[in-house]
Amino acid sequence: MGVEIEVSDLNAWYGANHTLQSISLRIPANHATALIGPSGCGKSTFVRCLNRMHETNPIGRVTGTVRVGQVDIYAQSSPVEIRRRIGMVFQRPNPFPTMSIYDNVASGLRLNGYRNRKVLDEVVERSLQQAALWEEVKNDLKKKSGASLSGGQQQRLCIARALAVDPEVMLMDEPASALDPVSTAKIEDLIFQLKSQYTIVIVTHNMQQAARVAENTGFFLNGKLVEFDATHKIFTNPTDKRTEDYITGRFG
Amino acid sequence: MASNIVMPPLRARASNRLWRVFVNHLATTAAVGSTILVMAPLIAIFGYLIYKGASSLNLAFFTQIPKPVGEAGGGMANSILGSAILLAIASLMGVPIGIAGGIYIAEFGRNKRLANMVRFTADVLNGVPSIVMGIAVYTLIVVPQKHFSALAGGVALGIMMIPTITRTTEEMLLMVPLNVREAALGLGVPNWRSVLSITLRTASPGVITGCMLAFARVAGETAPLLFTAFGNQFWSTSVNEPIAALPLQIFVYAISPYDEWHRLAWGGALVLIVLIVVSVALVRYVAGRGVLKGAS
Repeated sequence: MGVEIEVSDLNAWYGANHTLQSISLRIPANHATALIGPSGCGKSTFVRCLNRMHETNPIGRVTGTVRVGQVDIYAQSSPVEIRRRIGMVFQRPNPFPTMSIYDNVASGLRLNGYRNRKVLDEVVERSLQQAALWEEVKNDLKKKSGASLSGGQQQRLCIARALAVDPEVMLMDEPASALDPVSTAKIEDLIFQLKSQYTIVIVTHNMQQAARVAENTGFFLNGKLVEFDATHKIFTNPTDKRTEDYITGRFG
Repeated sequence: MASNIVMPPLRARASNRLWRVFVNHLATTAAVGSTILVMAPLIAIFGYLIYKGASSLNLAFFTQIPKPVGEAGGGMANSILGSAILLAIASLMGVPIGIAGGIYIAEFGRNKRLANMVRFTADVLNGVPSIVMGIAVYTLIVVPQKHFSALAGGVALGIMMIPTITRTTEEMLLMVPLNVREAALGLGVPNWRSVLSITLRTASPGVITGCMLAFARVAGETAPLLFTAFGNQFWSTSVNEPIAALPLQIFVYAISPYDEWHRLAWGGALVLIVLIVVSVALVRYVAGRGVLKGAS
């Protein structure tokens, strides 16, 4: 099951660049939350702070607290344990190119030391079914490389790979921006189904997408969270003038 | 909307087209010509070796050891075995150290001073003449042990393999895209595990090529063996004894005044080249078998 995420006074830097400035918000469990805003506004950096990926960049720095469920993730000594509980799907599909479809999905468990073949078989099938990819690949599981699939299939493979480690939270950084409309629709269907079991945070450039999949939406601008509210409120009756300007297409 | 944009004429003038066709042919010819120039030396050497050496290859060549001066016949069986032993020692030493060094520079020591020093050292080591490597190992191993040995020869060749492997490993690892690394880290995989199981695995075709290049290079080295493996006219498989090696035996035969020995030298050179080609092809085949359909 998903867990709540509570962010308070989060600041992030790239070198001297203050990318996120004092962000505080509460992301409810088992819902989809969309983050919108123009390019470079910090929304990608924000999700990368939620699983401590931001600090893998040598010039990245973070202050503030992020509580995922009961755990204050920046108080933990190692980010590795945290990332197992928080799955991440990236903008460009990134299956492991030398691995088969099966190995890609099993990789999260295998690389953490699970070897039981029966369990792995079950997890791979369940994850691929959750990601709505099973029917398309079930005959090529060990024959084909993950990289041989189409872009949309690769992205669903990456979702299956993230689901296989049974996370509580799924972070999606523009998961459909490199895909065609049909694949995008499939990903959105998927998010719709998954959000009953996982807390989903999705960064998107596509405002219709945010409106379609998310209960709550946050609007980022220049490293600040301008507004965070129920999606229908943001899109129909925003409180802040800047939010209104953005969603009506006056800039960005 | 765009009506005021003037489009260039779709059909270029005839003279332009002729010129383009000419340039196209010129470029194609240049590329094909260069390809032939690249392949010509290898084919020429190979052909000449077959022409000169094939006639001296017979069963005795592969089963017997050299005969004393004046006696006809004899073979290079001990040299072939000796080269295999030397190269095994060299690879056991050079491949793991080389790859580990490359991993350090590319993954763990990035932008650290030690990594820059390792890279610089590898480049310099690559430029050290092979005879100097032989003398260095002579001083380090042969002198304290007070005798020549296969071990010393293998170590000399192994050291020569390290810089090539280190630098290619580094370059191949750096070519692995950031998003593949992030995929592994995002799954909660510890960094060291991600480096070994994901990054290195993704780069493995290039890393294997680097190892094969280094292997092929030292397989034909003579100079570093003169002061280390020394050569041996008899059967020896001990790593603590002087050992025969194909390049050494070819050298001995080639500078001799006897026609019979010259022919054996040609045969040895042919065998050496064939063995290198076969082992490189074999490793490529074995390593390539695991590659899946559609893997890049």
